[in-house]
Amino acid sequence: MLSPDRIVPTVCPFCGVGCNLELHVKDDFIYHVSAPFDSVVNHGNLCVKGRFGTDFLYHPRRITTPLIRKTPQVAGKRTQAFDLDEWQPVSWDEALELVSDRLVDIYQKHGSDALAVYCCAKATNEDNYLLQKIFRALFRTNNVDHCTRLCHAASVVALQMAIGSSAMSNTAAEVIENDVFILTGSNPTENHPIIALQMKAAVRKYGAKLIVVDPRRIEMVDYATLYLPLKPGTDVPLFSAMAHVILKEGLYNREFIEQRTENFEAFAASMEKFTPEVAEAISGVSKDLIIQAARLYATAKNGAIYWALGIPESTHGTANALSLINLALLTGHIGRRGTGLNPLRGQNNVQGASDMGAMPWHYPGYQRVDDEQNASRWERLWHVEAGGLNRRLGLTTTEILSAVGENGVRALYIMGENPMMSEPNLNHTRQKMTELEFLVAQDLFINESGAFADVFLPAVSWAEKDGTFTNTDRRVQRVRCALPPRGQARPDWQILCDLAKRIERKLGRQQSAYWDYRHPAEIMEEIRQGVPEYRGITYERLDREGGLQTPVWDENHPGTPYLFSETFPRGRGKFHPLDYTPNAEMPDEEYPFVLSTGRVLEHWHGGTMTRHSWMDDLYPEPLVEIHPHDASTLGIENGDAVRVTSRRASIVLRAQVTDKTNRGVVFIPFHFREAAANLLTHDQLDPQARIPEYKAAVVRVSKARPEELAGRPEPQPRGRR
Amino acid sequence: MTNQTTVHLTIDNLPVHVPAGTTILKAAQQVGIEIPTICYHDYCTANALCRICVVEVKGARLLVPACTATVQENMQVNTRSERVERARRTILEMLYATVDLSEAPEIEAMATAYGVDRQRFPLAEPRHPPLIDDNPMYIRDYAKCVLCWRCVQVCAEDAQYTYAINFKGRGYETQISTFYEVPMPESTCVFCGQCVGVCPTGALKFKRQHLLEVGYSLDEILQMTRSERSGRRRREPRNV
Repeated sequence: MLSPDRIVPTVCPFCGVGCNLELHVKDDFIYHVSAPFDSVVNHGNLCVKGRFGTDFLYHPRRITTPLIRKTPQVAGKRTQAFDLDEWQPVSWDEALELVSDRLVDIYQKHGSDALAVYCCAKATNEDNYLLQKIFRALFRTNNVDHCTRLCHAASVVALQMAIGSSAMSNTAAEVIENDVFILTGSNPTENHPIIALQMKAAVRKYGAKLIVVDPRRIEMVDYATLYLPLKPGTDVPLFSAMAHVILKEGLYNREFIEQRTENFEAFAASMEKFTPEVAEAISGVSKDLIIQAARLYATAKNGAIYWALGIPESTHGTANALSLINLALLTGHIGRRGTGLNPLRGQNNVQGASDMGAMPWHYPGYQRVDDEQNASRWERLWHVEAGGLNRRLGLTTTEILSAVGENGVRALYIMGENPMMSEPNLNHTRQKMTELEFLVAQDLFINESGAFADVFLPAVSWAEKDGTFTNTDRRVQRVRCALPPRGQARPDWQILCDLAKRIERKLGRQQSAYWDYRHPAEIMEEIRQGVPEYRGITYERLDREGGLQTPVWDENHPGTPYLFSETFPRGRGKFHPLDYTPNAEMPDEEYPFVLSTGRVLEHWHGGTMTRHSWMDDLYPEPLVEIHPHDASTLGIENGDAVRVTSRRASIVLRAQVTDKTNRGVVFIPFHFREAAANLLTHDQLDPQARIPEYKAAVVRVSKARPEELAGRPEPQPRGRR
Repeated sequence: MTNQTTVHLTIDNLPVHVPAGTTILKAAQQVGIEIPTICYHDYCTANALCRICVVEVKGARLLVPACTATVQENMQVNTRSERVERARRTILEMLYATVDLSEAPEIEAMATAYGVDRQRFPLAEPRHPPLIDDNPMYIRDYAKCVLCWRCVQVCAEDAQYTYAINFKGRGYETQISTFYEVPMPESTCVFCGQCVGVCPTGALKFKRQHLLEVGYSLDEILQMTRSERSGRRRREPRNV
């Protein structure tokens, strides 16, 4: 029987739930993972990723030495190198000298617009804060973004427009206090498994009624009172028809509307056209179901709405999210315990990376970069001369790649992200990656994006460094170092400080922006000075009190479990009139199916972590889910090789015939480079949030020959749906 | 708990005042008296299966399981009477006669405290079901299982609502199993490991820990192929 050298309490590195973990370590190996039963986040529970999926950091293919490409890469002819033979191991000094030389050279020749950076929703708050600080304070660019753009950008924009905030309004665990809750565009049993447990308990033990609105028949439908199987992209008419019913039947909260909201008349007038009949014709959901759902939600004592990426990842994602916000404002199901507008954030630290200003329009704390007062405040904090910081809004994730070229972005720094899997329309992404003049990747593995890089900087995993993550319900929690770094790998914050000092020296800056932190706790001290919502957060408090939910206004403030009890950050909540916009692509005879993309339980996003874990055994190959009726029409049986073709590309993978997908919709997870779902998706963007439409590309499906399957792994039995 | 009534009782002659509905186990904890438990877990539904927590209640015909029995007005509880001690000792001796408790340090400590004779039932047949190694995440060694039921409960309503495991067999043959004994990947298991997290005896264990314990080196473990770590195949896959 093994006994641990130490048991280290920390936070799970996978999804936004932010489960508390205890790593049992023997000889620097994590041989067992437990969870504290008294944790308010996960009550001793974990999912497969947190429990068993931490082995990726020991994978033999992990890179633990700085690497430089042997063949110099030039813009337009850049190639991918997965093989270590194509890389030269070098010292940290040599690698960071090269990176700082090249970045400074490009900056001095072509100016700030020629540089861009992808921060990382997997890295800590401190790491992200430093990386955006480098690019803002040293290179004077706001071309800073991360995968939030591909995730909840439209939810963030809509929430900012309507209430002036952009996070879950309530604590996830409050779901058991809901009487009625709507779950839409979210598959929590796979993507937020621990919140799903609380949702199941809310229904089974606490008598809550669940309304699922989703184009897939997800597992939570088994727990639902009402299931509204809408066609992809018909969210606005469906939720607006619910508002229409609530208005017509007088079920709205007059007092709340008068005291807390504005623009009600214009909104009410715009809902006139969304009769249940109109919504039925567009969404395919019977009008009776829509009416029942409207009544159930409106008459609840505590109603709440939970959504994930099915809402924002659309060319009308902002409007989709506004249609949900309108419902909450109409019924007053916001600003109290057990209610709320709750976008479930995907990444472990996407909330934190956003809070830390890893976004092109905002400094840390959602302070607009085009606001003079904000800019001068950060100039003082970072010792930048007055007027030195860039006031122009930067480019978003997808825009950065589109702008690659001689007159646009020439150098890209990627910390821990993998756009070559996660961007839409990957053939276009690939083209743009080849056109970069200089590319740095800071990661654990040479993934599909890092393979294009000139320099690879080996970072440590979350278990080898200290820091903080901010989870989906705004809870800042301590990440603790459990292991020494493998090989020469270094914590991201140390890499960034070392690099920043070299850049600063080469730029000949008079005054340093300050990079001499000895511990991430000192970085948090600086964050506290600039971000009012984090002012009360110290490492000492986090160690003593556990997680703290932002905003934490001062060191005596207890944190904020639910928001907006008195007022909204923008003052009154604003109703938004809406119109129906169809998806950018609609099914036709040539492309009769709508492709939805997403995740499965056992994998994480581009697969950099989970495909290097034993978890890959449980789900070793891409599968396309197709409804039995559609499959039989096409002569496709379970396990057959099929070709899925969109206007942009074609991939071959096995079919999983299942009624988890509704007729007319197929689903492909986007973790698998051997059949990358994002080759098929298109890159048209929501006009307000610039988020791509991952959930609705049109495709056709046809039989393929088994030998066309890439890799052809032995099929893995799976007993669950 | 809406019932605010306070109940008065004595435990080992100490006066105790607790809200109605409190279990004897929790009431005893409040006055610093620890009653031993095996199947009981603070975050699982109590089922009074192992009976190690039995106490003597004055006037009651039988010993009472403290984990589920609630306090009553004027109850007189004795947690260490001769009858209680004998019952606990016998339960432990019966467990030792059939189960491998080598990785259950808490039970081992109890056995020492109660003066257990581990060989009291020399003719009893220990259970030796083969170790089940059918997935890359965890192994199941039911030779170490005391049938505490916690794994079944967390797989069901106590946490996961997955219902992948339950009893099979009856009496001495009782064992935790998937339905029809299908390998774990063919069951509804989602590999959350909640079951591993509540197992008190090491019957459920991380695969990588198991491999280290049986002598594989870390490098050997990390170099394993998918088929090597998938475990023993018990039957051909039924479908994709």
